Amino acid sequence: MSDSRRQKAARIRSLLETEGDAVFENTTTFNDGRYESVEKLDDYEGLKARARAIKEDAIANLPDLVEAVTETVEANGGTVYLAEDEADAQRYIAEVVEDRDADSVVKSKSMTSEEIEINDHLQSRGVDVWETDLGEFVLQVADEAPSHIVAPAIHRSRENIAELFDAHFDTDAPLETAEDLTEFAREYLAERIKDADVGMTGANFVTADTGTIALVTSEGNARKSVATTDTHVAVAGVEKVVPSLGDLQPFVELIGRSGTGQDITAYVSLLTPPVGTPVPDFDDDETPLAEAGPDRDYHLVLIDNGRMAMRDDDDLRETLYCIRCSACANSCANFQHVGGHAFGGETYSGGIATGWEAGVHGEDSAAEFNDLCTGCSRCVNQCPVEIDIPWINTVVRDRINRGADPDTFDFLVEGLTPDEEPAGLDVQKRFFGNFETAAKLGSATAPLSNWVMDAGPVRSALERFVGVDSRRDLPTFERETFREWFATRGPRVDPADAAREVVLYPDVYTNYVSTARGKAAVRALEALDVHVTVPAVGESGRAPLSQGMVSTAGEKASRVYGALAEHVDAGRDVVVVEPSDLAMFAREYERLLPERSHERLAEQSYEVMEYVYGLLENGGDPDALATGNEAVAYHSHCQQRTLGLAAHTVAVLEQLGHDVVTSDVECCGMAGSFGYKQEYYDLSMDVGDELATQFTTDETRDRTVVASGTSCLEQLDSLLQRVPTHPVELVAPR
Amino acid sequence: MVTSHTDAFVESARRVDAVVTPTTVDEFAGTLEDVVTEPAVGTPLPFEGVTYDGTAVDGAPTGAALAEAATGVTAAAAAIADYGSVVLQETGAGEELLGLYPDRHVVVVAASDVVPDMPAAFEALDGQFDAGRRDAILATGPSATADMGAVVKGVHGPREVQILLLEDR
Repeated sequence: MSDSRRQKAARIRSLLETEGDAVFENTTTFNDGRYESVEKLDDYEGLKARARAIKEDAIANLPDLVEAVTETVEANGGTVYLAEDEADAQRYIAEVVEDRDADSVVKSKSMTSEEIEINDHLQSRGVDVWETDLGEFVLQVADEAPSHIVAPAIHRSRENIAELFDAHFDTDAPLETAEDLTEFAREYLAERIKDADVGMTGANFVTADTGTIALVTSEGNARKSVATTDTHVAVAGVEKVVPSLGDLQPFVELIGRSGTGQDITAYVSLLTPPVGTPVPDFDDDETPLAEAGPDRDYHLVLIDNGRMAMRDDDDLRETLYCIRCSACANSCANFQHVGGHAFGGETYSGGIATGWEAGVHGEDSAAEFNDLCTGCSRCVNQCPVEIDIPWINTVVRDRINRGADPDTFDFLVEGLTPDEEPAGLDVQKRFFGNFETAAKLGSATAPLSNWVMDAGPVRSALERFVGVDSRRDLPTFERETFREWFATRGPRVDPADAAREVVLYPDVYTNYVSTARGKAAVRALEALDVHVTVPAVGESGRAPLSQGMVSTAGEKASRVYGALAEHVDAGRDVVVVEPSDLAMFAREYERLLPERSHERLAEQSYEVMEYVYGLLENGGDPDALATGNEAVAYHSHCQQRTLGLAAHTVAVLEQLGHDVVTSDVECCGMAGSFGYKQEYYDLSMDVGDELATQFTTDETRDRTVVASGTSCLEQLDSLLQRVPTHPVELVAPR
Repeated sequence: MVTSHTDAFVESARRVDAVVTPTTVDEFAGTLEDVVTEPAVGTPLPFEGVTYDGTAVDGAPTGAALAEAATGVTAAAAAIADYGSVVLQETGAGEELLGLYPDRHVVVVAASDVVPDMPAAFEALDGQFDAGRRDAILATGPSATADMGAVVKGVHGPREVQILLLEDR
């Protein structure tokens, strides 16, 4: 293993041990809360679509909005400063603090101020800075970076915080309960807030028409920091500006739900600073507050720091729609296990962090953690502004690949890799991105290839040079491919008598490795009077895409469409066994093919069990299929669930007499090549452990395990004693 | 219409740990006495016939009185039935401070100011802000944190929220 791979594996292992449990507990609680809370909305999808439309328009008109908000805020009596970058923002804020002769600043949690590292800058100039959000306060005491964009200290347990406070503060009695700790922090910070000269906040939104900032909090610290000090500095990325106050409604209904699963947080403050609150003097026992007067100063610092360039970047632009809710992080299986100290860059963490880090800190910062996104797409439906986060991660991965050091060129692997990528591409990525080539070769030379691959020297070479973990079983290639089998056997339903005509897409795994599921699919479809053909068509592009090899994936997509276009034109349905390939056709091809090509293929493509479901719904005879009364434990597939296709399999299995229990984990942890990679093996198994636990309870331990995706099947095979099977094998006549 | 909104509001507010007590103009002083802990401070109430007369509430508090207060009483401009939220407003009398510093926040809201949902609330707010309103705080239940390992009520804001729902107006 290379040094960097070894270091990465060690760091992940250490985080799994130290922070993993607390992060898991918190993120999954947020996540469950989100599912429950959005259920209560009448029109969740409609609300998301409106939120997205508002952000799309706002970013499109950003220069005008920034100009408008500047005029409005100045008319309100405040000042707007447009900071070009981190240093510019630091300098301006330090000047404001100096002009006010301020010794201390109280801050309400703000990722943007983390981005510009304002605390260090002010402290280096002799100004005390206090974080008033309790989570941020913990981190300030511990001298640590946030591990989550909403709940920055979720990686620390109560016991852990108690130890930290005990070591750091001289308290009268030991602080034990969450109440003790909160009470202590509350009182400690109340004094700092009363003494402070400047209150600094972020802004979740800024409205151009009224100059209002929206602050979303639960603790009340933002309100207190603003109300108690006479100088308010609000720091926000330029992307936070929306046209009008009325635009805030969908966001107010979505942000708390998406983030922590609360219908709404305790406080959504709409403030148009300088605020009208009288500046309190807590020692004054003569002047009523109403006569104290609001002598206040307000500065809105809008930060560019790469954002206007992101706006011009077709792939990074969507990042600017992000409302920093953390739904992508909370719904991410990998994040749930390691948290933002692994899955994050200099400032931002979680799924969308790749976009932010690439945009504001550069690709090097994103490169640190970008590979932790497996493209499973579970975050896609959770994002309240419908950002295609896996795509952003893929594009940034591609850019990182292209910036890779050409000295790592390895001609041996290069020989195996007929791709479109630059010579310097990481060998591991190149290997997995070209899995089709290896599969072709492996099948042609099976069973010899399987013996060779299994042999010690080959496994250790694979581990050493390519980073394929030796603890993983490698796929076993079949000598006779699925297509060869079908070519010999031929179709058994005459097109003239057929209810439908189907082209069954022979994905790489079905064709070379899991031929049994391909054969079962043919039998099941034919039993329902479908004429089946298996065309000569290559890999969907999923393998290179997940390595960030976008142009190779594009090339593959074009070839697939070329091979299927005539069938699509002839009105034949495309049936796909492997959900990750169906997801390519349905989702990623939108980015890789002309619009019309993508639409036609996507509209006519179906997952095999979805298709069987449709046939049965339209009068297909269930008795033609294999019925039974097995007790089944079913794990769908992450991308299949994103497409809303998990229920069909369950419905078919139940209709055929099976008793089905389903898993509810976000992802199996394998997610294609990810679990094979040596640096991620431990994380992959740790994620998979959730699934294993669900399938080894009293209720599930004796059930037949069924899964839809290749990688899920492989992961379950390594996690359980039982050998899992694809659902179509259960329903196909023998 | 109003009745169904107020019922829904009472139910939602209960879910977020705010206690709603119905009252009327005539009963106001007595109801208020039941929910304040002394020392109590308040800001002027904009409801006809409703004052702090005959109660222990200091209606024109100083900064020092605020620092000592156990209860802060303020009015709400509206309430949102779906969420159990009250819409607070600063008039220059220090409402924002009274709703934050004391451990108990008593919010007086007129039943006729309860709107059904967030779209209705924002439709009204959008117009009011265009007309010069400067702030609105959608406050839902007491201040809370989960940063210390469990949910704790009362952090930088109040631990308890008592809502007096003023009917018969």
